Amino acid sequence: MNIVEKILAKASGEKEVAPGQIVDAKVDAAMIHDLTGPRAIESFEEIGVEKVWDPSKIVVIFDHDVPPSTIKAAELQKRVREFVRKQGIKNFYDIGRGGVCHVVMLEKGHVRPGDLIVGADSHTVTYGALGAFATGIGATDMAAVMATGTIWLRVPEALKFEVTGRLGKFVLAKDLILHIIGMIGSDGATYKAMIFSGEAVGEIGIDGRATICNMSIEAGAKAGIVEPDEKTIQYVRERVNGDFAPLKSDPDAEFSKTFEINASELGPQVAIPHSVDNVKPVSEVGDVEIDQAFLGTCTNGRLDDLRVAAEVLRGRKVKEGVRFVIIPGSQEVYEKALKEGLIDIFVSAGAVVGVPGCGPCIGISRGVLADGEVCISAANRNFVGRMGSPKAKIYLASPATVAASAITGKITDPREVMKA
Amino acid sequence: MKIRGKALIYGDNIDTDIIIPGRYLVLQDPDELAKHAMEGIDPDFPKKAREGVILVAGKNFGCGSSREEAPVALKHANVKCVIAESFARIFYRNAINIGLPIVEAAIKGSVEEGDELMVDVVNGVIENQSKGIKLKGNPLPPLALEIINAGGLTRYIRKKLGLE
Ligand code: SF4
Repeated sequence: MNIVEKILAKASGEKEVAPGQIVDAKVDAAMIHDLTGPRAIESFEEIGVEKVWDPSKIVVIFDHDVPPSTIKAAELQKRVREFVRKQGIKNFYDIGRGGVCHVVMLEKGHVRPGDLIVGADSHTVTYGALGAFATGIGATDMAAVMATGTIWLRVPEALKFEVTGRLGKFVLAKDLILHIIGMIGSDGATYKAMIFSGEAVGEIGIDGRATICNMSIEAGAKAGIVEPDEKTIQYVRERVNGDFAPLKSDPDAEFSKTFEINASELGPQVAIPHSVDNVKPVSEVGDVEIDQAFLGTCTNGRLDDLRVAAEVLRGRKVKEGVRFVIIPGSQEVYEKALKEGLIDIFVSAGAVVGVPGCGPCIGISRGVLADGEVCISAANRNFVGRMGSPKAKIYLASPATVAASAITGKITDPREVMKA
Repeated sequence: MKIRGKALIYGDNIDTDIIIPGRYLVLQDPDELAKHAMEGIDPDFPKKAREGVILVAGKNFGCGSSREEAPVALKHANVKCVIAESFARIFYRNAINIGLPIVEAAIKGSVEEGDELMVDVVNGVIENQSKGIKLKGNPLPPLALEIINAGGLTRYIRKKLGLE
């Protein structure tokens, strides 16, 4: 069996499972946040059971509108806090303790290799970075999970991405996943799992693997998974209490299709508005002036992302007329970035550094765009209206490309800036 | 389950930010959400849908976020059924869970805006009554049918747990 089949077989108590089969699986952890939590709680109360199936397996994280920007949002958060208290949920990350849910889940040890995890958020797929099967579900599905601890799932077909070679300097995990999405399209993996392996993936750290798995949903995937290795085990050991048992694909495992990619041939990539699969090498994007640059989110708000942006920004200035919004993905990332002097570099370059959370990624607050404005963003979606005005344009790129573009005021290959 | 209504046609990759932008999610109230349904591409949508419509679309309908508010907004804007060539998986589950009928069928080429459709959701058969043709899509998977027949996932789970 491949890694997906193994995890789902374990979770459903079956010896073997095959693609297409429907299984009733036990969930190892379930995550809700401030935006999807209230509806999930409401549906949970409609089901009418008193207590959640296991409060130690539920994780609640506030990140989408933090600190709340409206009275309505403050009230919803208050309601979620009441639920947390009533249900005795210990894994609760209010502001000042957590950050973007998908960053926090990994760094606080809520994900172990081989786990089945669900989250009321589409980017739950991120946790595949540690060899877990993790998928996003809606509020009512989540209510059912909170009541029963189980979920029905169809075992997905698996696409394998074998990445050979090595990424060049300032060519990042983000460029690799953008390239893959451009190759298979925004529905190229619908109902399927994407499995990433090969020499180049082995070289990428956990932060970069999180970026890759995070964006698997942008190709429609049900899960994105990196086969666990030494790096995974080391990361998890530092964060998880107790035992875990990584699962890997058998040598004779079957995949519905295998793609081969040579990372050495890849340069920085950009997704052009308004779809994530409209991907071009940065050299073919042409002259695009920007109003705003944005670094952060569950895709690229981790320490490695901030580090590479700081490397590009050090000793340089954000171009006059450009706003550079930087939001560390979590309190932990923020703290480490402070200690390493990264925040210093950002602030003295003329960027603004915001409160850990989703920021303008979902177009609610803290950096939304006006009609006709152009933003280069390290996030995962460039849909119409995603960051505010439906008449704004969002280009997606790596943290290095975003930082380089903030310096020049137009979409720029980071290797050019570093040469100059 | 048979549903009748006029067709409203949209393209491929109608994502959840088009169906209901993030800034409206705090609204919670389904009728308030419905006022902003499809705002990203068609601000007149709530007016067009008022009398009850069948939404016909291309590939990858509902891609993007896990927000259940997307099918909720459509349902409360009076969308009777969504027919698309394919659906993003979270949207598909959400629609079934909250009781918005959906059919997987590639019929865009055989339907014009305003055509009268009669949809047999269970068997995936669509009759374009304006053109006098029958079109075939995929039948609902058995589990989805069970959930719909129970009146949505909440009630399905209540029954399973012996609460009703
Ligand atoms: S950072 Fe953006 S994509 Fe990630 S969870 Fe927050 S809103 Fe969603």
